[in-house]
Amino acid sequence: MKEFIILGVVTFFSLVTYYLVEPYAHHVMHPHVDSKHFAYADLPALEKVGNAEDGANTFMAGGCIGCHNVESIGMMTGMDALASAQAFGGVNPPDLSNAGTIYDEKFLADLIRNPAHATMVEHKFSDVKPHPMPPFYGAGGDMDQEVADIVAYLKSIAKPAEEITPAMAYNNACGRCHSLKYEGWTQMGEKPNFKYKKDELRYDANVLEYQEGVTKYMGKLPPDLSMYYKSRGAHFIETFIEDPQTHLAGTAMPRVGVTADSAEKIVEHLADSADTKRVERESIAKNVMIYLLIFTIFAYLWKRQVWKELH
Amino acid sequence: MAHFEKAKSIHDWLDQRLAIDKVNKVMQTEYWIPKNINFLWAMGMVLVITFMMLLVSGIFLLMYYQPNIATAFDSVNYTIMREVEFGWLWRHVHAVAASVVFLIIYIHMFTGIYYGSYKKGREMIWISGMLLFVAFSAEAFSGYMLPWGQMSYWAGMVITNLFSLGSLEMNGIVEWIRGDYVPAQAFLTRFFMLHVLLVPLAIMALIGIHFAALRIPHVNNQDGDEFDYDEESAKYLAGDTKGSKVIRFANDFLSKDLFVVAVYLIFFFYLVFWNYGFAMDPVNFDPADGLKTPAHIYPEWYFLWSYEILRPFSKDIGLMAFGFAQVIFVLLPFLDRSPNVAPANRRGPFAIWFWLMIVDLIALTAMGKLPPEGIFSTIGLYAAVTFIALWVALPFITMMEKKK
Ligand code: HEC
Ligand code: HEC
Ligand code: HEM
Repeated sequence: MKEFIILGVVTFFSLVTYYLVEPYAHHVMHPHVDSKHFAYADLPALEKVGNAEDGANTFMAGGCIGCHNVESIGMMTGMDALASAQAFGGVNPPDLSNAGTIYDEKFLADLIRNPAHATMVEHKFSDVKPHPMPPFYGAGGDMDQEVADIVAYLKSIAKPAEEITPAMAYNNACGRCHSLKYEGWTQMGEKPNFKYKKDELRYDANVLEYQEGVTKYMGKLPPDLSMYYKSRGAHFIETFIEDPQTHLAGTAMPRVGVTADSAEKIVEHLADSADTKRVERESIAKNVMIYLLIFTIFAYLWKRQVWKELH
Repeated sequence: MAHFEKAKSIHDWLDQRLAIDKVNKVMQTEYWIPKNINFLWAMGMVLVITFMMLLVSGIFLLMYYQPNIATAFDSVNYTIMREVEFGWLWRHVHAVAASVVFLIIYIHMFTGIYYGSYKKGREMIWISGMLLFVAFSAEAFSGYMLPWGQMSYWAGMVITNLFSLGSLEMNGIVEWIRGDYVPAQAFLTRFFMLHVLLVPLAIMALIGIHFAALRIPHVNNQDGDEFDYDEESAKYLAGDTKGSKVIRFANDFLSKDLFVVAVYLIFFFYLVFWNYGFAMDPVNFDPADGLKTPAHIYPEWYFLWSYEILRPFSKDIGLMAFGFAQVIFVLLPFLDRSPNVAPANRRGPFAIWFWLMIVDLIALTAMGKLPPEGIFSTIGLYAAVTFIALWVALPFITMMEKKK
């Protein structure tokens, strides 16, 4: 009985200390930001019902394919990532094949009309220094309808959410700015395996050049995200990409406008990078615990047997 | 030369040469331990086991770790955590053990303080124990440098800066310790050496001394009773095991130790698999960057109380208070002027001293991590002053204590 009281006292002081230096201190140092569940409440809802067939024409006429690849329908700009980044202001515009699934529709509609507004970086751009993606000025008809049509078209060509892998979501929404070294990703794409050293050096030099361009565009080089799942945690990453400005007021990182589903996948991809063995950990944990439990029972029985003679 | 006979068995062969029966008696079956003890007396064994886990997991990590500022971070976070089979397990075991060992050390220390196990012949146990505490602190700090993350770099910067001794501005010492103006390659290599060679050697030697120091005074017991070990052990050997006040180290004491160790291992591996975050600070998963100071710099939890004694004062006074905190526990056997060896709760004013000290250390620990603003720095200041006042008061409180 006495031993249980002692154990209680030791446990009590240990837990109080733990509570103060871990959950409580983190709560004070990193104020909690609530997730808004990727509702994008600041953006207006689509008023018109889009028509994908009309959207196809508007999209082709709207100039999007001048800058963006749309691989699934065979529309390619013919430029590699570096050339494209240099031509279009610092980063390689993402492929739009699956944009209709990866990005939220309200966000897409607002992005098409006013990219700096949708991505919340208006503080960085002006008439003198415009956003590298120009706003869509309309094809002559009802602007609301045309935008809704483009969005409907992008959705119609995109793969359904089930077919979008975590890597696809990350590469499309984040990959043009953030490398992910531990997953073999550079801002120019997946790093190929090179047979000759000189080819690899050339590739690496191109990556450096690309990074120089991003740095000039963003004001600083976006960090490699390989370990961010560990250093920031899932909740921070989710709320950060939903609205970077609440965490880092004035930051150059744009709101990328992904759907809740894509955000989850992006976090999963970052977890694959930083906490690769989490599934293995769970399964081994179970076996170790069972082993220890049996060990403890035997240890207890042995102690009882030995101490029978002692009191 | 001694006379050797043809051996009757392997046991006999060994016994003639190594006297294993005698050794077994001295070290185990006739190493006498008081019966009147509780599970807190198993903490020493728990520490031995934790140290073994640190040693073994460290050896495995050492096979892949690279002490180079360009590759250290990736060798840990990529190679060991992703590429090496079970590398993640060794790393989690190592990190959790490094943190938990301090929890157990603190429990072990305060057990000693509570039961008065540091005086009347047990001073050397206490002093060797405190040297172990210092050695473990050096081991933990040097190990924390190795992943070369943001906290490694900045904690290394802040702690080595202390050696300039405030207004004395002895920057030469700081540079000498770092091997450079700032933490860089020379710094990492030497802390690597300290962590994997010199400090572990010192720890192993100190554990030997600690055990040797236990031999003559024997361990204390729950009531601080003194008794005649020869008489009690004779009773035991004559068959009166129930009446004797002593038990054998093996298997009597060992069987209880093993059970406590087993329960401890459940707790330990629960932390390893599900709750390791406290032992691996998130900030240290950002690679070291000398141009980017983290928003909050703090040491690992077990150093927080002494860090907080440094913080609330002006530079020089803080440093003196910090120096005071580092050495004062060693002097406990001499500052306690009472001859009584008894649980703190039966020692009158010392009981208050003991519990106040615990609460104060926890307050210091918490404030050491929290940002030094508003109410937190006020509490920190009061707690630091209380810490010093408690030690100043100790000789007087214990002098007044009635002799048992
Ligand atoms: C157009 C470029 C760009 C894109 C696209 C982008 N980021 Fe960023 N990101 C940045 C920049 C620039 C910073 C540095 C911000 C700063 O320090 O002010 C940054 C910083 C970050 C940070 C670190 C925040 C911190 O606490 O320091 C995280 C996490 C992050 N981005 C995640 C993402 C994720 C996830 C995506 C994809 C969903 C993404 N980013 C897409 C440019 C981008
Ligand atoms: C002049 C070249 C250009 C044109 C034309 C253009 N874009 Fe872009 N687009 C870009 C650039 C550059 C970016 C990346 C901007 C950034 O990351 O800061 C981008 C980004 C995007 C994104 C990703 C936004 C995000 O948050 O991650 C989408 C979706 C997009 N564009 C759709 C379109 C559509 C639809 C059109 C046609 C209406 C279009 N773009 C026309 C250059 C262009
Ligand atoms: C981490 C390294 C350490 C190891 C491996 C270790 C091991 C042990 C062991 C095995 C015992 C005997 C069993 C017991 O009473 O628990 C013991 C006793 C003791 N240790 Fe330690 N110890 C360590 C650190 C310390 C520290 C830091 C202190 C405090 C200064 C300390 C103070 C004592 C005291 C006072 C005793 C005697 C307890 C008594 O008589 O009841 N030890 N130690």
